[in-house]
Amino acid sequence: MSVETDTSETFAAFAHPERLVSADWLLAHSQTPGLVIVESDEDVLLYEIGHIPGAVKIDWHTDLNDPVTRDFIDSEAFARLMSAKGISRDSTIVLYGDKSNWWAAYALWIFSLFGHEDVRLLDGGRDKWIADSRPLSTEQPVVPTADYPVVPRDEKVLRAFRDDVLAHFGNPLIDVRSPEEYSGERTTMPAYPEEGALRGGHIPTAANVPWAKAAASDGTFRSRAELDAIYRDGAGLTDGDDVIAYCRIGERSSHTWFVLTHLLGFTKVRNYDGSWTEWGSLVRVPIARGTQPGEAPAL
Amino acid sequence: MTGADTQQSDLPAGLAEIREDFQALEVRQRLLLLLDFSNELPELPERYRDHPDLFERVEECQSPIYIFVEVDRARLTHVFATAPAEAPTTRGFASILAQGLEGLTAEQVLAVPDDFPGMLGLTEAVSLLRIRGMTGMLARIKRQVRERVAA
Repeated sequence: MSVETDTSETFAAFAHPERLVSADWLLAHSQTPGLVIVESDEDVLLYEIGHIPGAVKIDWHTDLNDPVTRDFIDSEAFARLMSAKGISRDSTIVLYGDKSNWWAAYALWIFSLFGHEDVRLLDGGRDKWIADSRPLSTEQPVVPTADYPVVPRDEKVLRAFRDDVLAHFGNPLIDVRSPEEYSGERTTMPAYPEEGALRGGHIPTAANVPWAKAAASDGTFRSRAELDAIYRDGAGLTDGDDVIAYCRIGERSSHTWFVLTHLLGFTKVRNYDGSWTEWGSLVRVPIARGTQPGEAPAL
Repeated sequence: MTGADTQQSDLPAGLAEIREDFQALEVRQRLLLLLDFSNELPELPERYRDHPDLFERVEECQSPIYIFVEVDRARLTHVFATAPAEAPTTRGFASILAQGLEGLTAEQVLAVPDDFPGMLGLTEAVSLLRIRGMTGMLARIKRQVRERVAA
């Protein structure tokens, strides 16, 4: 019962244009049965001060992460969350959020781990919606509980663990953090507090392509030609590549995962959500410092 | 009496009340209380409105938040802060400190435990990273109080 896709010309050049919707499309389809709009932000209170009418909120921290183990919620908790948000297995989910959809892409990637098929992003996210003076509401919709099945969570196709990264040398790695984090000067984003990793630097051989390069100044995704120039010409990716992307905790790299998978059509892209907060604290894993990718270690 | 009890009884009344209000709620309700604080961040008084030069950026917060501390002739402290509406969590933290510290003596402000932000029971709801932003805010407020008192 998938809702029709946005066929606007803007998205036509992307590998999977059905993964994006425009604000016009969303306004026209917001009442369509089977469509659920989900806001996911970095700032946990943004939804409360105004959201797209009818949207429900899913918080990356309190809803999608296990409260005890460093992992995502399990299959039962995911089924409970989706049911409570009025989402069925065949719902079309349109996600949007702050920071060029950074956190929305993270939620979308986690939904994909659970194999939810029809997940899309609102191009430009929350900021563009507001900048364009689209309607906002502070009313929290009362959604009828849906019946979402307990489904297994993928641990192989879209997600990489540290051992997968160790076995990956020789294949492309994309480090989507800022140049300062990549070189080892910092362990967190500029203007964010230092936390979470004992060593600075990057995984040897990783190319540094900060995630925000994929976003235009209005928060929308750059064009197909611009993205090809960044990731194919710039970072040297070619079709058929087996790619692992990482950042600090796997949120920014979800954005890059979305770009590589859905906009550029790479078929083997994994997100290493342990990312630098894990790698930068692991004993005896290889690390490169400075602005150069460095050599693959002999393992 | 345990160490924790001693520390709690040492909090100035305003901050103690804020802490109890948060602690009385379950986690998601705490977020809504934080939102109330966010909406109630006091406006800058006229005399400081055109003086961005006086304000200090809180580098520990990723949102652009600025603070300025005044210690008046009676040695009473007034904290002023600005934070954008699109950063409601940070605004909420600034508002808690501005309201909770309002009118305290310099000595009382300096005696507030540095880990006061951790006592609100918000770490489960807003992530440790942001709580550290509030801790940074408190540290900068105390440093400004010391500077004003010494001046």
